[in-house]
Amino acid sequence: MRAARPLASLALSALLLVLFVGIWQLASLGSRVGNAVVDPEYAALVGAAAATGGQTPFPSPVEVGARILEHLADPFYVRGTNDQGIGVQLAYSLGRVLAGYGIAALVAIPLGFVIGMSPLLYGALNPFIQVLRPISPLAWMPLALYTIKDSAVSSIFVIFICSIWPMLINTAFGVASVRREWLNVARTLECSTWRTAFCVILPAAAPTIMTGMRISIGIAWLVIVAAEMLVGGTGIGYFVWNQWNNLSLADILTAILVIGLVGMALDQLLAVATRAVSYQE
Amino acid sequence: MRRAFVSVEGIARRFPTTRGGPAQTVFENVWFGIEEGEFVCLIGHSGCGKTTILNILAGLDRASEGGVVVAGREIEGPSLDRAVIFQSHALLPWLTAEENIAFAVRSRHPGWSRAQVAEECQRWIDLVGLSSAAGKKPAQLSGGMKQRVGIARALSVRPKILLMDEPFSALDALTRGVLQDEVNRIVAETKLTAFMITHDVDEAILLADRILLMTNGPNAKIAEVVVNTLPRPRTRHDVHHLPGYAELRNYILDFLVDRSKRLAETMPSGWDPRRIPEVRPAVPA
Repeated sequence: MRAARPLASLALSALLLVLFVGIWQLASLGSRVGNAVVDPEYAALVGAAAATGGQTPFPSPVEVGARILEHLADPFYVRGTNDQGIGVQLAYSLGRVLAGYGIAALVAIPLGFVIGMSPLLYGALNPFIQVLRPISPLAWMPLALYTIKDSAVSSIFVIFICSIWPMLINTAFGVASVRREWLNVARTLECSTWRTAFCVILPAAAPTIMTGMRISIGIAWLVIVAAEMLVGGTGIGYFVWNQWNNLSLADILTAILVIGLVGMALDQLLAVATRAVSYQE
Repeated sequence: MRRAFVSVEGIARRFPTTRGGPAQTVFENVWFGIEEGEFVCLIGHSGCGKTTILNILAGLDRASEGGVVVAGREIEGPSLDRAVIFQSHALLPWLTAEENIAFAVRSRHPGWSRAQVAEECQRWIDLVGLSSAAGKKPAQLSGGMKQRVGIARALSVRPKILLMDEPFSALDALTRGVLQDEVNRIVAETKLTAFMITHDVDEAILLADRILLMTNGPNAKIAEVVVNTLPRPRTRHDVHHLPGYAELRNYILDFLVDRSKRLAETMPSGWDPRRIPEVRPAVPA
């Protein structure tokens, strides 16, 4: 691939965004339904929109923009259980993701290390991993709710179970494929097992492990929204579901945008970490 | 019988074949010795198990039969006293040249302070002419510079024996020559015992006191030992003008081109693997 000029790509991105928003604005102008004549008493009873038989109109970018600014102006308010700022909801979701992901990393990396170093364990555990890995994390939810009973902990468990596999598999693979000659160097230098593990195998496998961690954080962030929709109570996923019940599409669009931006930020954080540990052979 | 400093005693290496057939013998009944301070080269075609012999000496591989005795003790595994210079240099790519050497120095002296390790590294960096490259990662170094780091790393643990597995075969001819001279000089200065695998005849004549000639595998054997009687110090500039050089070179080449294959099938009668015949082609008959 030819090296792209960063400024030109940026300008093109901006142009595409303006075009997209412009078309959206034009489309939303045209879709306003005309006012049908209805009984004013009926309208007062069920609300103007329902009375005309029309749908809630899809919000225009200007409306969504205004809603985003409102959310940004006061992201951390708490007015009762069902009315909390988008920042508070995000904090709940991030907290759950980091808890589940953190525990998964603490389990997966040492376990992956052991599996990677022992072909016997690799062979023995591989069938379990292959069966458990493709299970949708949400399928665990009823089991988690039944055994754990606490809904908040259940969603952390779901994050744990979905983010453990890429980290486990990548760590085992990275450790198992450390070049034989590097291990031989450690052996001829009479390195202890621990020194070999931390000074040779870990740095050699680090880029592969970090790639696994990056895949995992992406999956965890995908899953938390769905898990919170199921579990309810708090979190950005619950926020989306709640606004659906309120038929507030502008809020949903705001949440969608925020979910995307946070996911990108998490991914970029791990990309930076991956670059820090990568090496060129 | 007096044992040599390094005594290889009847080692064999067999690999099991698939489907339970008879084991494939790469080599068997290999006996030879290396005296203290001696430089021995092993020369032979690929597939004759040269690298396996070196790995057994290093302790990285185990012999199927027999054993190796160094300074009166049988070796049981790798040791800091037997340093290896790998063909592929085997530097750790996430460490700089200096850190690679420091990794070895710290292995030998776990209790040393940072300053002591740095001082020792600097010594070896200077000795192999790496000063300008000390802070670079291996990927940024040329093949010759990488192998210099590999040499410095091997020497920095102050081994008793230096084992080299075709250390210069991946380098271009000019770089190879320069490094051969450096290894020659360092080994002579430090009076190291050295064992090198090569398939380069000129390299063997330049460096070795004795050259072991190995027949083709499978069932490879050390057929003869060529004693290099050319006077030391030898350098690349003058070694090929020394009287006897041509005879020596032709003798080894003849072996590699022709006899290594013929001898693989039938050894001459009276050949005893424990008393390999010595030849001195450079001495006028």
